[in-house]
Amino acid sequence: MGYSDKVRKMYQEQIKGIQDAGIFKQERLIHSSQAADIEVEYPAGSSLKKVINMCANNYLGLSSHPEVVKAAHEGLDSRGYGMSSVRFICGTQDIHNDLEKKVTEFLGTEDTILFPSCMDANAGVFEAILTDEDVMISDRLVHASIIDGIRLCSAMHDTFKHSNMKHLEKKLILHADKRLKVVITDGVFSMDGDTAKLYEMVELCDKYDAMIFVDDSHSTGFIGKTGRGTHEHCGVFGKIDIITTTFGKALGGASGGCVSGRKELVEMCRQKARPYLFSNTMAPVIVAGVLKVLDILSGSTERRDKLEANTEYWRKGLTEAGFVLQPGDTPIVPVMLFNAKLSQDFSKDLYDEGIYAIGFFFPVVPNGKARIRTQISAGHEIHHLDKALEAFIKVGKKYDILGKTKQEIIEKYGL
Amino acid sequence: MEEMKDAILEYVIEEYVEDEDEVMTYDTPLISGGIVDSFSMVSLKRFLEAKYKISIPDEKASPEAFDTVNKIVELVKEFIG
Repeated sequence: MGYSDKVRKMYQEQIKGIQDAGIFKQERLIHSSQAADIEVEYPAGSSLKKVINMCANNYLGLSSHPEVVKAAHEGLDSRGYGMSSVRFICGTQDIHNDLEKKVTEFLGTEDTILFPSCMDANAGVFEAILTDEDVMISDRLVHASIIDGIRLCSAMHDTFKHSNMKHLEKKLILHADKRLKVVITDGVFSMDGDTAKLYEMVELCDKYDAMIFVDDSHSTGFIGKTGRGTHEHCGVFGKIDIITTTFGKALGGASGGCVSGRKELVEMCRQKARPYLFSNTMAPVIVAGVLKVLDILSGSTERRDKLEANTEYWRKGLTEAGFVLQPGDTPIVPVMLFNAKLSQDFSKDLYDEGIYAIGFFFPVVPNGKARIRTQISAGHEIHHLDKALEAFIKVGKKYDILGKTKQEIIEKYGL
Repeated sequence: MEEMKDAILEYVIEEYVEDEDEVMTYDTPLISGGIVDSFSMVSLKRFLEAKYKISIPDEKASPEAFDTVNKIVELVKEFIG
C-alpha cells in the first residue's frame, strides 16, 4: 500500500508539529443560522451555548434575511439544484447572465464574469490577462488568494510597502520597460481593516500607464455612500480596471465571486481563466439569492447606514474603555493585544462571557501584532454591542490592559 | 568593495525594513530571516542589474545567493568579472 505506516507517521508528526506550535485550527460547530445570535457547540461534545457573533463577514446581516432565503427557495424551485456542467458547455442559465449584468451595473464597470468563489476569481484572473512580458506590482499585505493567483501567472512580480505611495511610484518607475503593468491591492485589508489609497493609486497608474486591480471582498455592499465599494468611497468610481469581489461575505454570505471591469479583460477571463473553464459556476439557488441581495441594496442604503452607525458606536465604546485599536473606519475593528497567548486567553474568556470573537496571531498577522478581530454587522442591535462591550471591559480589566498603551501591554505580556 | 556593500545594505534597508529599530549588518539573513520574502526579491535583482549593469540569470538568483549582503556582493562580483 502506498499509504504505509511510515507515510502515516510522517503526516502525524507534521500535524503534531502544528499542534505544538499552537497554530492548530479547530472548527466550532454552529447549530443555528448565521446571525448576530448563534448557538455554538464548543468544545466539541459540549452543550449548546448562545453567544453573540462578533467575527462573521456578515456585514449587512443578509446571510439569513427572510427575503433572500425566499428568493433562494424560488430559485431552487424554478432552476433546480445543480448545473452538472461548466459554463461554456451547458452550465449557463439566464439567471447567471442576469446576475453578471446586475453586478456590472452595481459596481459601475463594463462587464462581469462569475466564478465559483473570489478565491477562484483571484486565482484565475492574472494568468488570463498577463504574460511574461508584463509585471504585477502588489501591496505587501494583499489577501492570500491574490498571492496564489500571482504565483500561477508567468508575469514578473514585485511588491510595494503597505499603502506606501512613494514606494509604489518607485516600483512603477523601476518597471517602466514592461509591456503591461498592473498595480494590485485589496480595497479594505482584511486583518487591519484599513482602506487602500485608491485615489492616489489611480493617479499614479494614470501617470505611469498602469492598470489597477482591486479586491473589494471586504467592501462591496457597504463601503461608499451607496455601498458600491472602495472605488465609490475614494472618488474613483468607474476608474478601476479590474475589481474582484465575493458573494460570500456581505452579499448574502453563501459563496461565489466575480471579476468585474474592462470588457476586454472580462472576455479574456471567459476565454482563458482556468477556474471558470474547468469548474462549475455558482449554483442556481445562490445566484437567485444574490440577485435578491442586489435588489435590496440597490433600493435602499438603510443596511449600510446602520452598519456605519454600529461601527461608529462600537469603535467609540472600545476607545472610551481604553483599548488599543487599529485605526480605521470600516466594520473590521481589531482590538490590539500584541501577545499571541494573550489573544487566545482573551478570546476564550470572551466566549465564557457569551461573546464569540477570535484571536489572531502570527503567521496570520505579523509577529507581535496579535489581536482580537471584531467585525460589526447591520444585524447587530445596540443591545448586542452593549453586551459585547461589557464583556470586553470585564476581560480587559482581568488582564489589566484598559487605558494601557501598546508599549505598556508589550512590557507586561511580551511579544 | 566596501562601497558596494554599503550601497546594497542601504537599498535593502530602504526597500524591505519596516521596523526602524531593526539592526542590519552585512551578514543579517535576509530571506531565511524573513526580512525579504521570495516574492520581493525581484526588485533587489533588478536594482543590482541596473546599478552594476549586469544580468543575473534566474537560476543564479536563488534565495541562498541572496540571503546576506555579503553573499549578494559575491554574486555581483561574479558577473562584473
